[in-house]
Amino acid sequence: MTLTLILQNTLIFTIPLLIVALAGMFAERSGIINIALDGIMIFGAFIGALTAASLRKLAFFVDHDQVTFLVALVAAALSGAIFSLLLSFSAIKLKADQTIGGTALNLLAPALALFFIKAIFQKDSLEMTSVRRAGGPKDFELFLGKGNDNIIYNIFGYISTFIAIALFILLSIWIYKTKTGLRLRSCGEHPQAAASVGINVNRMRYLGTTISGALAGFGGYAYIATVSGGTATDNVGGMGFLALAIMIFGNWKPLGIALGALMFGLLKCLSVSYLRIPFLVGLGLPSYFYNMVPYVVVLIVLAFTSKHSRAPKAEGIPYDKGMR
Amino acid sequence: MNNAVPRKKSFLQREGVRSVIASLICILGGIIFGFIVLAILAAVNEKIPFSQAFVGIFTVLSGPFSAGSGELIVEEFGNMLFQSTPLIMTGLSVALAFKTGLFNIGAPGQYLMGAMGTMLVALSIPTESVPAWIVWILALLAGTACGVIWGAIPGFFKAKFNVNEVLVCIMTNWIAGNIVSWVFQNSRYINVADTKMNFLSKTSSNGVATLGSGEMLGSSSMDISIFIASAIAVVLYIVLNKTTFGYELRACGFNKHASKYAGMNEKRNIVLSMAIAGGLAACGAALWCLNGTTDFKWEAYQALPSDGFNGIPAALLASNNPIGVIFSSVFLKYLVMGGSNLGAYTSFNDQVPNLITAVIIYFSGSAKLIKELLARRKKRIAEEAKKPVGKPEMLKADADTPDKGGDKQ
Repeated sequence: MTLTLILQNTLIFTIPLLIVALAGMFAERSGIINIALDGIMIFGAFIGALTAASLRKLAFFVDHDQVTFLVALVAAALSGAIFSLLLSFSAIKLKADQTIGGTALNLLAPALALFFIKAIFQKDSLEMTSVRRAGGPKDFELFLGKGNDNIIYNIFGYISTFIAIALFILLSIWIYKTKTGLRLRSCGEHPQAAASVGINVNRMRYLGTTISGALAGFGGYAYIATVSGGTATDNVGGMGFLALAIMIFGNWKPLGIALGALMFGLLKCLSVSYLRIPFLVGLGLPSYFYNMVPYVVVLIVLAFTSKHSRAPKAEGIPYDKGMR
Repeated sequence: MNNAVPRKKSFLQREGVRSVIASLICILGGIIFGFIVLAILAAVNEKIPFSQAFVGIFTVLSGPFSAGSGELIVEEFGNMLFQSTPLIMTGLSVALAFKTGLFNIGAPGQYLMGAMGTMLVALSIPTESVPAWIVWILALLAGTACGVIWGAIPGFFKAKFNVNEVLVCIMTNWIAGNIVSWVFQNSRYINVADTKMNFLSKTSSNGVATLGSGEMLGSSSMDISIFIASAIAVVLYIVLNKTTFGYELRACGFNKHASKYAGMNEKRNIVLSMAIAGGLAACGAALWCLNGTTDFKWEAYQALPSDGFNGIPAALLASNNPIGVIFSSVFLKYLVMGGSNLGAYTSFNDQVPNLITAVIIYFSGSAKLIKELLARRKKRIAEEAKKPVGKPEMLKADADTPDKGGDKQ
């Protein structure tokens, strides 16, 4: 039982990190630094929560939690994609500094979310009632198995977990094994060379950033629906920045990202469930210590592994056709 | 014909003027966006008459001056100046790191560590035995030292292990939040007199407060710290632009490899730059804490201080110019004051200034493009003025070159 619990909590933290770190990878591999992951997550989470809250006025969506969850998830991903267009537009069309553009989105998203939550609901946060455990297998019993005794259901818990893992595998294969994926990566390494063989660099960069935005929006909703118990507000606990760190940690590669997210998720899980492990309680350390462990471990591991760290060569540099 | 061309550069051609105009255009864009949001809200919501949108944007733009009575205006104005102090310091911290080619997103952590050092010293040395002003200075130094150490960590990781400084900064932020909470949990510094236990005792409870706190401008928290911060900004400007050390730091930012080739110790410069940046952010926290009227929330692991992150827009808005940071910080807090008045006196909420700031930063990312457009427009005017004199084709070809270069495959 304890093991199930640990696995479950690990996955809850891992999934948003995994999918958002992949989001960062897609943008940076196409040559755009996406420091706005945090902002896009906040925006996606807000739109997702808004969708769920509005849909719940209809009886059908109250009875079918998981359908609501899915629709909200799609809405979050779409809104994330649209929001990220602001970043790609400024980076590609206006040739703006991408760090500044991303920072602006990080400022804009919480302000927008809080502005509308306050204006519409007269509150500081938007709660989606009974969304907790909404990922359970009621509506999708055929795919997920039945009931609370089901071990897969207990470990994976939320429907977003399945989708996120599937998306992660599919997109990782896509970016490495398909023609478009190769073209997208080439734009992050040497856009001029890519252009010389007829690849539309700007289009590839728009594509990468938009996929990135959709994934980050997805991750934002997955975060508020699982980790923070269905409450959308003006932050996602710095998860977007952590995902950025996981992406660098994973060396801009899917496998490394998966490893980093899992490790971080496990350590993070320890910090919330250490009270259930007798050995750790016996040590008598405060919760702050366990909160700190994931960050310290990441730093130590990085100090040893970063010799091989290699960012996409052309990331952050506005594409200039005439440059050599 | 050449004699007719004036030797001195005309007003629009000067680099500084163009920068200021570009910034003003960005600010205008932000204000227009803020107005659009208010107008949409007023149009959608039947309870709010449309004229309220104008009242709303006017309230924001008036900053502290929309506070109502004269007394309140003075108080809000003083509070605005006081609240700008930590922002100036974190803005300087971010700006200095930017100048060295580093993105210091770790200002919140450095700020927290600074606050921790300051509060520990200010609250634990009894002012009965040591004069309060010595405690004040010791606390400021202790806080700044904590920030220097904390800022040096990302610099060290970057220089020694080649770890991306953004990553280390993010990690150290959360580590700092937890360390601060750990240090203060169950400690005697927690303000038990208050019904809520979220805050530490004020430094004034030990008789330590900044000169002028609560006396300078009405009943505001205004003290001399804004002048200290401004003086530090000026010193930083001089160090960066007029000394060898400052030149080395900037050279590192322009091209790390070239500065190494030129014999500069680029690794040492990275560590030093981050350490100073950390010290600046921490000094901001110290000045804020030592005011004597401020509350410090000790459970910092839950949320990082927003003034740390807001240093980034403050620095960006000033194009990383230390003296510009003073003005950009005061401007940002001016809008925040307007926003709180907007929430208090109208049917809108206080988030509008944050929207405006975000859009200003968004546009300021393309300040270079705006400057180029300004230069090009100037060129076109000059060209039109010259047309009747002769050689129109040659001049035209000249002016069009940048366009053609951009369109060619």
